[in-house]
Amino acid sequence: MSTAHVLLGLLAGGPRHGYDLKRAHDERLPKAKPIAYGQVYATLGRLERDGFVAPSGQDQESGPERTSYELTDSGRRRLDDWLAEVETPAPYVTSTVFNKVVVALMTADADRARGYLAAQRTAHMTRLRELTAAKTAPGASVGDVVAADYAIGHLDADLRWLQTTMTRVAELQKEVTS
Amino acid sequence: MTDPLLSGVGITKSYGPTSALRGVDIEIAEGELVAVTGPSGCGKSTLLHCLAGIVRADEGTVTYRDQDIGLWSEAARSRLRRDDFGVLFQFGQMVPELTAAENVALPLLLAGSGRQEARKTAIGWLDRFGVADLADQRPVAMSGGQQQRCAVARAMVTEPRVVFADEPTGALDRLAGEQVLTELVRAVREQGTAVVLVTHDASISAYADREITLLDGVVDPSGLGVAP
Ligand SMILES: Nc1ncnc2c1ncn2[C@@H]1O[C@H](COP(=O)(O)OP(=O)(O)OP(=O)(O)O)[C@@H](O)[C@H]1O
Ligand SMILES: [Mg+2]
Repeated sequence: MSTAHVLLGLLAGGPRHGYDLKRAHDERLPKAKPIAYGQVYATLGRLERDGFVAPSGQDQESGPERTSYELTDSGRRRLDDWLAEVETPAPYVTSTVFNKVVVALMTADADRARGYLAAQRTAHMTRLRELTAAKTAPGASVGDVVAADYAIGHLDADLRWLQTTMTRVAELQKEVTS
Repeated sequence: MTDPLLSGVGITKSYGPTSALRGVDIEIAEGELVAVTGPSGCGKSTLLHCLAGIVRADEGTVTYRDQDIGLWSEAARSRLRRDDFGVLFQFGQMVPELTAAENVALPLLLAGSGRQEARKTAIGWLDRFGVADLADQRPVAMSGGQQQRCAVARAMVTEPRVVFADEPTGALDRLAGEQVLTELVRAVREQGTAVVLVTHDASISAYADREITLLDGVVDPSGLGVAP
């Protein structure tokens, strides 16, 4: 799940309230999928339980929505590991990949985002090559070919997205860090 | 490691003020399929032409079976292309006055085969690529996909050691392109033929064993082929 890591990324810049996190999330990430308050608090609860975030203070008016959280050292390491991992090349991973690019820009810089995109492309190409080899193997059944085609079409779309995003990293960075 | 079948070291090529290649290294092993990818104008076709001995690099060396072919005469390189290499371009480039079988038999006749035998071998390869029934048609009467199958047959007819393919499916729709590539890949695997496959398309590059990406005349190690 990438939502937890996105919250870790948003906290990398300093402590925030749950309310603040929701706002920042919805502003930076796919507008079509705003995060519910309930999900923010549930996720923060799990992150706190696992030691990745810790409460760092409370406003005058108390209540859960007014508790602010900060990243722990272990949370920072978790975030760093996540940014370094390539996603399993499978259809529809793009939204996690997108989140990773944005979080890399928020917490590091354009080179980190580009390095990740290049590593992800390599993983996608390797998978695409395997599927293509399965499909062209002598004796491949029509079923093998049709199944491979489904995944090939989606990976190909991801690859085109990875490439166009690479050309837009610098621009995206300006927007994300503005 | 055994020596590569074909390699380029420091290949540099300019056309007047335009530098198309600026020091490219590439190795192709016996029977290996290597894709050359990258955006339009990055130097893919120029690299293919240098490796195939069609144009001479300004600097750097192209080595085929341990021989520096840059030192060879034009006549010797043209024999090499005829005997050991097959080429395949985006548009089949069939000779319009000749039938499919005559087009495919042409490289064999140039290499000195007898007419009967050349025709028989040519029809065998047309059959291999599913177009034997078009043997006596001229290119004008064939679809792009049919012409491209004939072109693949012509590239394979001499059983070359290396096939150089420049956007071989660029003029075909997706399905026709896939069929042509699948048949080509099966044939070269059977024959142990190496392939240099130029394409800007990831899903076509995936037919190869590996790829090298060019950006602005040099190898781009990130593989993304876009300027940061
Ligand atoms: N015969 C030529 N005369 C002059 N310039 C040339 C010639 N051939 C290539 N070039 C130039 O060299 C550069 C590389 O061209 P090349 O054809 O190798 O690119 P490419 O990667 O194959 O591009 P595309 O994907 O568009 O086919 C380009 O800037 C091109 O304009
Ligand atoms: Mg070209």
